Amino acid sequence: MIHFENVTKRYPGGHEGLSNTSFHITPGEMVFLTGHSGAGKSTLLRLIGLLERCTRGQVRVGGRNLAKIKRSQVPYHRREVGMIFQDHRLLNDRTVFDNVAMPLVVAGLRHQEISRRVHASLDKVGLLNRERVYPITLSGGEQQRVGIARAVVSKPPVVLADEPTGNLDPTLSQEIMDLFSQFNQVGVTLLIATHDLELISNMGKRILTLSHSRLMRDTAASRS
Amino acid sequence: MNRQHLNTWLLRHLQVALASLGRLCRAPLATLMTAAVIGIALALPTGMHVALSNVQQLAGGWDGTATLSLFLKQEVDEKQAMQLANRLRAHPQLATVQLIDPDLALEEFQRLSGFEGALQALKKNPLPTVLVIEPHPQQSTPEAAEALLAEFNQLTEVDFTQLDLQWVRRFHAITEIAQRGVMVIGLLLGLAVLLIIGNTIRLEIQNRRSEIEITKLIGGTDAFIRRPFLYNGFWYGLSGGILAWLLVTLSLWALNEPVERLAGLYHSEFDLSAIDGQTLGFLLLGSTLLGLFGSWIAVGRHLSSIEPS
Repeated sequence: MIHFENVTKRYPGGHEGLSNTSFHITPGEMVFLTGHSGAGKSTLLRLIGLLERCTRGQVRVGGRNLAKIKRSQVPYHRREVGMIFQDHRLLNDRTVFDNVAMPLVVAGLRHQEISRRVHASLDKVGLLNRERVYPITLSGGEQQRVGIARAVVSKPPVVLADEPTGNLDPTLSQEIMDLFSQFNQVGVTLLIATHDLELISNMGKRILTLSHSRLMRDTAASRS
Repeated sequence: MNRQHLNTWLLRHLQVALASLGRLCRAPLATLMTAAVIGIALALPTGMHVALSNVQQLAGGWDGTATLSLFLKQEVDEKQAMQLANRLRAHPQLATVQLIDPDLALEEFQRLSGFEGALQALKKNPLPTVLVIEPHPQQSTPEAAEALLAEFNQLTEVDFTQLDLQWVRRFHAITEIAQRGVMVIGLLLGLAVLLIIGNTIRLEIQNRRSEIEITKLIGGTDAFIRRPFLYNGFWYGLSGGILAWLLVTLSLWALNEPVERLAGLYHSEFDLSAIDGQTLGFLLLGSTLLGLFGSWIAVGRHLSSIEPS
C-alpha cells in the first residue's frame, strides 16, 4: 500500500528530513512510527500526504508513484489519505457536524449521503450527541476524536496520524489507540507516528523506528 | 448522467452563492461599507453619463441633424410658398419640410415674447414665410448640410438661408470631449473598484487562512476553494452596482424640481430622464464583472501561497 524506495528529503539549506529510507506497508497493516523529535516522523508522513515531495527515491501509495501526480491532481490523492494531527486542525467557527462533513462536501456528495456518513462516523467515535456543538467547547480527547471522525468519514484506504495522543493522558490515549485498532480491523491501512513507546509496546503492532532521519529498526508485529 | 451532473453542479454553485451571501449578511456593516465605496465610485461616472445624455436630449433636434431655415422673400405669397414646400418634399435628400406661416409665427411670437403691445403697433406683419428643413440623417454631416444650403440659396423664392452649423459643430465637439472625459473617469474609477474588491478579498483570504489550509489538507481542489471568494466578489460588485443606481436615482430626484423650474423659465417641456434600461444593465453587468474579476485576481495571487504545513 505504501512503498518507500531509497527516499531522501532534503530541505533548502541542506538539512535532510529523511535520508535514503526504504520500507513497504501492505494493505490493511497498522504500523507505528517512532523516534526522537526531529527524527523525521513528520517528514515521512508529509511525503505520503503530498504536503511535500521527496528529493530522491520513490514514494508509491496504492500503486501510484507520487512523483507523477501533478499539482492539480494532489487534492484527489489527499482524498485517498485521511490525516490526523496532534493539534486536531478543526475549524472553530463550524459545528462538529460541519467539521466532519468537510471531506464529503469537498468531494461533492449529496446532502442526504453526507448526513448519513457523518452520523455513522461520529457514532463510531462516540460523539453522535455532540454534532451541534462547536469544537472549542469539547475536551482535548473529544476534539481529537472529531479529527479522527473527519479523517475516516470518506472511508480513505490509508489513514495517517501524527502524534494523535500527544496532548492526551494515558487513559484517553488508550481509547484513541483502540479506535485506530477498530478501523484497522475493517481493513484501513494505518500509519501512526508517536513517541509514546509505552503505549504502543503492548499493542503488538509493527514499529518503524527513525533516528536522525534514517530508518534504524523495523520491528515486526508480534501478533495481529 | 450529464443532466444529473449538471444539476449537482448547479446545486453546488447555488449553495456556495447563498452561503457566500449569508456570510456577507452576517457582517452587514463591513459589507455595506465595501459596497458603499464601490457604489460611490461607480455612481460618479454613471451620474455623469446620465447628465450628459440629458444634455444631449435637451439639445434634441440639433443633436446629429442640422436644421436649415429658408427665409422666403416678402413678395412670395402663400400659394407659391406651398408649391415650393411641395417641390422640396420630393427632394431625395430631405427628411421633413415644415412651412411656417407668417401669421401663425407672429401670433406665437406675440404670445411668447411679451412684446405683444409693441407688435400690435406694427401695420403689417414683418415676418417672412419660413421653411424649416431637416435633411435625412445620413445627409446631416456638416459638409452635406453646407452643400444643401448652397443649393437652396440658388432658389429664386429664397431671400436668405440659415444653418446653425457652427453651433452644431461646437456642440458636437463639446459633447465628444465630455463623453471622452466620462469614459476616462469611468475607467479610472473602474480600476479603483477592481483594487477595492481585490484588497477586500485579499483580507478575507487572510482571515480564512486556516480554513483554506484545512480544506487543502482534506483534498479540496483549487476551484472549490476559489469559489466562495469569487462569489463574494460577485456579491460585492452587484451590491455596489445597485447602490450606485440608487445614488444616481436619488440625485436625479433631488435635481428634478429645480431643473423643471429652470426649464419652465425657458418655456421648455424638458424633463430630467432617469437611468435608462440599457445604462442600468451596463452598470450592473459592469460592476458584477469588476467584482468577479477583482476577486479572481486576488484569489489567483494569494491562494497558491497558502499551503498546509
